[in-house]
Amino acid sequence: MNLTLKIWRQNGSSDKGRMVTYRVEDVSPDMSFLEMLDVLNERLILEGDDPVAFDHDCREGICGMCGMVINGVAHGEQKLTTTCQLHMRHFKDGDVVTIEPWRSAAFPVIKDLVVNRSAFDRIIQAGGFISVPAGSAPEAHSVPVPKADADAAFDAATCIGCGACVAACPNGSASLFTAAKITHLGLLPQGQPERESRARAMVEQMDAEGFGGCTNTGECTAVCPKGIPFDTIAQMNADYIKAASK
Amino acid sequence: MKFRRRAQQQEERVSLPGMYRVGEPIRDTKAPEGPIEDRWDTRRFQAKLVNPVNKRKLTVIVVGTGLAGGSAAATLGELGYKVKSFCYQDSPRRAHSIAAQGGINAAKNYRGDGDSIYRLFYDTVKGGDYRARESNVYRLAQVSVNIIDQAVAQGVPFAREYGGLLDTRSFGGTQVSRTFYARGQTGQQLLLGAYQALERQVAAGNVEVHTRHEMLELIVSGGRARGIVVRDMVTGEIETHLADAVVLASGGYGNVFFLSTNAKGCNTTAIWRAHKKGAYFGNPCYTQIHPTCIPQSGDHQSKLTLMSESLRNDGRVWVPKRKGDNRAPGAIPEDERDYYLERIYPAFGNLVPRDIASRAAKNVCDEGRGVGPGGLGVYLDFADAISRMGRDAVEKKYGNLFEMYERITGENPYEVPMRIYPAVHYTMGGLWVDYDLQSTIPGLFVVGEANFSDHGANRLGASALMQGLADGYFVLPTTIGDYLAGAGSFGPVEEGDVAEARKAVQDKIDKLLSVNGDRTADSYHRELGRIMWDYCGMERTEESLRKALERIPELREEFWNNVKVPGDAEGLNQALERAGRVADFFELAELMCIDALHRTESCGGHFRAESQDADGEALRDDENFAYVAAWEWTPDGPVLHKEELDYEYVKMTQRSYK
Repeated sequence: MNLTLKIWRQNGSSDKGRMVTYRVEDVSPDMSFLEMLDVLNERLILEGDDPVAFDHDCREGICGMCGMVINGVAHGEQKLTTTCQLHMRHFKDGDVVTIEPWRSAAFPVIKDLVVNRSAFDRIIQAGGFISVPAGSAPEAHSVPVPKADADAAFDAATCIGCGACVAACPNGSASLFTAAKITHLGLLPQGQPERESRARAMVEQMDAEGFGGCTNTGECTAVCPKGIPFDTIAQMNADYIKAASK
Repeated sequence: MKFRRRAQQQEERVSLPGMYRVGEPIRDTKAPEGPIEDRWDTRRFQAKLVNPVNKRKLTVIVVGTGLAGGSAAATLGELGYKVKSFCYQDSPRRAHSIAAQGGINAAKNYRGDGDSIYRLFYDTVKGGDYRARESNVYRLAQVSVNIIDQAVAQGVPFAREYGGLLDTRSFGGTQVSRTFYARGQTGQQLLLGAYQALERQVAAGNVEVHTRHEMLELIVSGGRARGIVVRDMVTGEIETHLADAVVLASGGYGNVFFLSTNAKGCNTTAIWRAHKKGAYFGNPCYTQIHPTCIPQSGDHQSKLTLMSESLRNDGRVWVPKRKGDNRAPGAIPEDERDYYLERIYPAFGNLVPRDIASRAAKNVCDEGRGVGPGGLGVYLDFADAISRMGRDAVEKKYGNLFEMYERITGENPYEVPMRIYPAVHYTMGGLWVDYDLQSTIPGLFVVGEANFSDHGANRLGASALMQGLADGYFVLPTTIGDYLAGAGSFGPVEEGDVAEARKAVQDKIDKLLSVNGDRTADSYHRELGRIMWDYCGMERTEESLRKALERIPELREEFWNNVKVPGDAEGLNQALERAGRVADFFELAELMCIDALHRTESCGGHFRAESQDADGEALRDDENFAYVAAWEWTPDGPVLHKEELDYEYVKMTQRSYK
């Protein structure tokens, strides 16, 4: 199939940026979206043009490095799918595809489709952990965890930190990302001692990074490639209020 | 047959001169003696300690933030060292350990099915085809139980049973159930545990993380590793970072094959630069080809995706009995199917070790019985499991893997059997290290997949996570102290050594940018990968390896005269990053082929077609090859140092999974 791509090009954070149109031909339906961009980039290099910069690494949908807004939707229209796992069989000959970076004040553009997501690391630094130095852990079976709690914790823990939730949110909120970690650790017995201080510190850091507040639009969970449940945000709010009211 | 083989080998050894030289043997001087179960205790007690006040004055650089690097950096920070951690990704959480699916082994014996530290040790030495060190493997098995404790305390959500206790499953090469897992995302959950521990140390001010930085050179001064030169991938700036010790945790080099299950960014540059600065390279030819990957769909393929080996617990592997049978799988009646693993290996069936399962798949495809495009695939069929356990139970166990398969292939594995084919997955070889995980350059430590140490010639499933975390949480933080206790006598870093390392980096970048030819670095990488897969892949012969050793230098020469790298060295330039990595892969590829050519036996993942038994199984030659090949880099070609392997506990036998 042949496609028309309209891609956001921006040479560094101080450049204003613009959409540039490219034609790609003979795209195989078995290609992944990123392989289609690889083909474009190989051509641009040989033609002496600057290839399109984009982040990617594992290409298996788990590292969370890739992410672009495709036709207005973070990671594209396929549900529960990262950009790298999106395949061209979902497009058809003659389609016009727009490709943009995550857009959020807290994720400044580095180049083209590459953005700086280090704010996420700082939210984790604020409290997204259980304090247990290596060597000090009790025997694993000393604390049984009810299967339902373990499963729910796992569901929240599958967040890959890609940032699609922020890109999709009209407020640019990082609530789903932050809530996923608060819920994962807060559901486990091991996470109880730091539960409230964690919620408080992480929410405050999220605000300090310039992410917006949550107004329950649910856009985040709709684009989340891992289907992080929306009710984790309610859990975060409950933990935060409890901590803040003390 | 045996005599013929030996004669052939001798002839080969005579015909190899010019390719490499044989140097002095090498010994692991740090391995303690005495009963194997006491050795790690002995070493821990002998190791000198650094007093807490002095730890704060000592800087350790850790390159890579996967399971080994992330856990090492976090633990060194907890101990009070000043740690500088580096990764090429935008966050330490992206390292490719995250993609490990199946699980992590530990000798907990929670099932009461006869497991023990000794059995995990035995299975790992046997699975590695008797090419790993007994002392190291025993320590790995001992420490495995602490890893599970540590991970659970960190909040890693392992699968649990209804009673609230941890669930386990079986994996290839073993007959006990000792693999702990978190659905099909065990690597992700363990890595996030290490990442969170690391970020906690960042917040505590003990660790500095430098993301989007790539190590391009090691600084050696006064005979010790004292720092690294990195490129800030965002600004293009070349930076120098000095330290009292350097830890490489930069992962494996499977991407030398271009197509592998590694992340696109995985590369050999950090360990290759260190190798050229004096660190010996152990067993570079030991490559693991994973049997259950999604077959390639076309020439545009940029990477391959693995389907967890745990699928072989319930999936049955088969091909049609008849050559060229291209009926749909559902239309092939039961008695016209060949469940070849169950047929050839009745004791282990579909759970034979990876090297054996991969080669068996290749053999049936070579016979013309492969399925799917190009006949390069075999079926992994869940129909029996679905009728036995019910679709829901299968979905609970493997749901995310089935979804991933469907996303990539467009086929629904609940209805049609999966198609799988082997792909490069892991490299057992890596920088040579002693029992302390220290390389031949004092002060340079190597952990995780980047070292060669624990898996011999073949790694068992669910053992990579175990080794990475054992090294990072428990082994290195102890052994590095013994080295750093002497830091008072290290002296200052010579300016000339820093300048030399920086110049080497700058020269290479300038050269890559100045060629301005008419082929991209990726196209060269693809061609190199094809040579490696065809000639140094699942099956190697003297003829194929010699062919590779002719082609690689020619192609490398062409690369340096005709590669086109766009843009400049300022700012983000992903094409420049890739070109630098490909340049190092070329040099490594040659060493891999030389190693594979010199080792005329078959062992584990290294299958020399000339050395097989009457049933086509790998035939080791313990008399001549029971050693680690530690290669030294010199301007006049590689020098081989042999480390003899002694087996005091596990008797060397021909592996049998029948």
